[in-house]
Amino acid sequence: MAGEPANPSNPLTRREAMLQLLRLGGIAASAAGAGYWLSGRSVRPVPAPAEQARRDHRIADDDQWPKLTVVQNGEPRTLVRKALENLGGMSRFVGRQDVVVIKPNIAWDRTPEQAANTNPEAVAEVVRQCWQAGAKRVIVTDVSCNEPRRCFMRSGIQAAARTAGAEVVLPNPELFREVELGGVVLKTWPVFTPFLEADKIINMPIAKHHELTGATLGMKNWYGILGGERNRLHQQIHQSLVDLASFMLPTVTILDAYRILVRNGPTGGNLEDVAQKKTVLAGTDPVALDAWAAKAWWNLDPEHMPYLQMAASHGLGTTDFDTLPVRVTQLS
Amino acid sequence: MVRSKLQLVRRISQIFFLLVFLALLVFTSLRPTPGATSDIHMRAPVRLFFEWDPLVAVANVLAGHALYRGLLWSLLILVPTLFLGRFFCGWICPMGTLQHWVGSLPSESKRGKQRIESNRYKRWQTLKYVVLIAGLVAACFGSMALGWLDPFSLLVRSIGLALLPAFNVAVRSVLTPLEHSHIALIKATGETLHTVLQALVLDFRQTHFAQGIALGILFLFILAASLRITRLWCRSICPLGALLGAVSRFSIFGLHKDAASCDKCNRCLLNCQGGDEPIGGVPWRKSECLMCMNCVGSCPHSSLQFKFFRNEHEVATPDIGRRKAITGLAAGAAVVPLMRANTGMGKSREATLLRPPGALDEPDFLSRCIRCGECMKVCPNNSLHPTLAEAGIQGLWTPTLVPRIGYCEPSCVLCSEVCPTGAIWQITPKEKGWVVGVSAQSHPIRLGTAFYDRGRCLPWAEATECIVCEEWCPVSPKAIYIEEAQVIDSSGKTKTLKQPRVDPSRCVGCGACEYACPLQERPAVYVTSIGESRSPSAQILLNK
Repeated sequence: MAGEPANPSNPLTRREAMLQLLRLGGIAASAAGAGYWLSGRSVRPVPAPAEQARRDHRIADDDQWPKLTVVQNGEPRTLVRKALENLGGMSRFVGRQDVVVIKPNIAWDRTPEQAANTNPEAVAEVVRQCWQAGAKRVIVTDVSCNEPRRCFMRSGIQAAARTAGAEVVLPNPELFREVELGGVVLKTWPVFTPFLEADKIINMPIAKHHELTGATLGMKNWYGILGGERNRLHQQIHQSLVDLASFMLPTVTILDAYRILVRNGPTGGNLEDVAQKKTVLAGTDPVALDAWAAKAWWNLDPEHMPYLQMAASHGLGTTDFDTLPVRVTQLS
Repeated sequence: MVRSKLQLVRRISQIFFLLVFLALLVFTSLRPTPGATSDIHMRAPVRLFFEWDPLVAVANVLAGHALYRGLLWSLLILVPTLFLGRFFCGWICPMGTLQHWVGSLPSESKRGKQRIESNRYKRWQTLKYVVLIAGLVAACFGSMALGWLDPFSLLVRSIGLALLPAFNVAVRSVLTPLEHSHIALIKATGETLHTVLQALVLDFRQTHFAQGIALGILFLFILAASLRITRLWCRSICPLGALLGAVSRFSIFGLHKDAASCDKCNRCLLNCQGGDEPIGGVPWRKSECLMCMNCVGSCPHSSLQFKFFRNEHEVATPDIGRRKAITGLAAGAAVVPLMRANTGMGKSREATLLRPPGALDEPDFLSRCIRCGECMKVCPNNSLHPTLAEAGIQGLWTPTLVPRIGYCEPSCVLCSEVCPTGAIWQITPKEKGWVVGVSAQSHPIRLGTAFYDRGRCLPWAEATECIVCEEWCPVSPKAIYIEEAQVIDSSGKTKTLKQPRVDPSRCVGCGACEYACPLQERPAVYVTSIGESRSPSAQILLNK
């Protein structure tokens, strides 16, 4: 048919006419079908419901071990090792085949000496301990404030953690999921996916000065699981911290205070802002841990830190050191 | 159709240099360097093509009375051109290669006779010499406006700031649905593709550039023009081609025509790239020939050959004439003073014109910046953008920092490392400040000064706690300081708030505060250029 010159004296055969009708009918029917299907889909767009999941990675309390330990006068590796030993060893926290996410503070484009990010040696030691405890995967990640590639490189954490065998995951804008945090002020926020898919989460903050809260310690480190416009969190920082801490309950918190930023935090930059404390805190009570550090280096009582009181009354931990034995170890 | 060995070699050379160029362009970005910790530097030689560019070198000499590091390498192109002619245009230049390729695509408007006619020499091909003369005269007056038309500037600017980001959008819009698929196989494929493309060409994160669409369309338009007239850009506008054409006048290598055997079949004109009259009976035009060797292969009688030390009639110099030369001189001499008679430089600087760290003072900056966009391409925060009117007409497409989109990272110096002409002089992280070894007494490079809009700032205007700006301020001691104030909220309650202020003696103008401000569309803290350390006069404080 096609290609042959039209010849009026030679009308279409029945077969050709039928084929033409079939073709037309097929197109019309599929267009109508597609239209019907699409019109059924045309509903007012509603955002997909965010997943609701409190992330509770805590392990059962054991009276045999303290809920908070302070180890002083050592190097990052030995401090971390001793602190975990005091708590019963990493095998108490990390089981075989666990996917462990370690969350250091890798927020700023600073080097380790400037004490704006968690000490890389301490992070590497925790990675090694996780492997020894039989973890399936060990992931080190954070959602940086400054340019993430620079933060991960210059903090030394990328190199140290990779050397220890961890997967280092940079914050990829496409890997965030909307999550209902269920907080008082924090409702639906994008959370970086690795934090949602972990079996165990180890919080590894660094102790630093902060203008609004006095000090930024363990609970403030959860800012770094969020994406989105987290610059709004400052407006109600204490409630935000409690909301985050009630959403994300870590297996264990290891606070790096090898070097701390005594002023000009949380960015620092100047070595005059840095004090060497050669200390690591570790514990399963995030409130007590923050309270101990704030008192020790900024002389802040829980009364001056509203978020600690709110967190304590929320059942996240205690600021009462009479009821909470702290195991302090001096190395060397 | 490759009919001779030389054409094949030429084609390999073109593809090779195009790939090198594109690879260097893609690597003009912050890439993870294994083992890199405290210092991040640009390791790949991404300025390479600019260093080979004699036009940039000559203009740099005329405008800056000096030759910036690496530009001496341009002799590698200039000296062989003296001997061999414009081989660079036909064998190396990636802009030429792209046009060569587009120009050889089948086109309705270039068939048979039309095609032969379009490849005959045209008087308008001399326009490029006028452009060159005007550009060099402008350079003498201290303007690097030539950079608008330099082929590498054009390429990096167009591909780096428009086509690559567009490519990113396209690839991501295909990959993201794949990666979010519920079917494991599709998801895995998407993720693998993403990893591979990320390592090769994709940006770490999607970049966006001011005027990207204009730069992209302009470039595509230039390429598309080759569909109508082969290498229209090379033949009629490219000032680098003009320079090399002028330089090649004494070359000892050229086209030998055996006039006796030529039967004027016109086959040599079918694929001629330069429009340089390879056909017998008329003199060969040396300054137009791109040495592509197509004519040699297409001659059925083997009458054409490239040879050393020929003795035959040819047109060695550009056919420009006194009038056109004077036009070029006059245009160049008039345009810079006219642009400078306008406002912009000196008296009425645009407040938002923030130059990258290490940038020279504005007159020196304009006498060096070739608007190539390397600094914008490399900036890891996507903070540098081509200007439209902020720097005046003379500063079109020069870089400006837009803190709302990206601030200047406190110790990053990549833009100063990739700048081919020293408009952004190479600086060290120490000069920028707040790396180990820098103290509160050092004087870091300042890009401007931050100011508060107290009518919008939350603690100032809305009785709401905030000071994210203070948290982000990378200066030590912080340039943003806090005063506790009693304010009354809408319910009449007294509240104690922390209100931020700027100490101009400490502020470096990096724009981190502006970037971090929750009032995204018009931040309550913003940076203007006053106080930038490159300018001796644009200062606020007496004691600085």
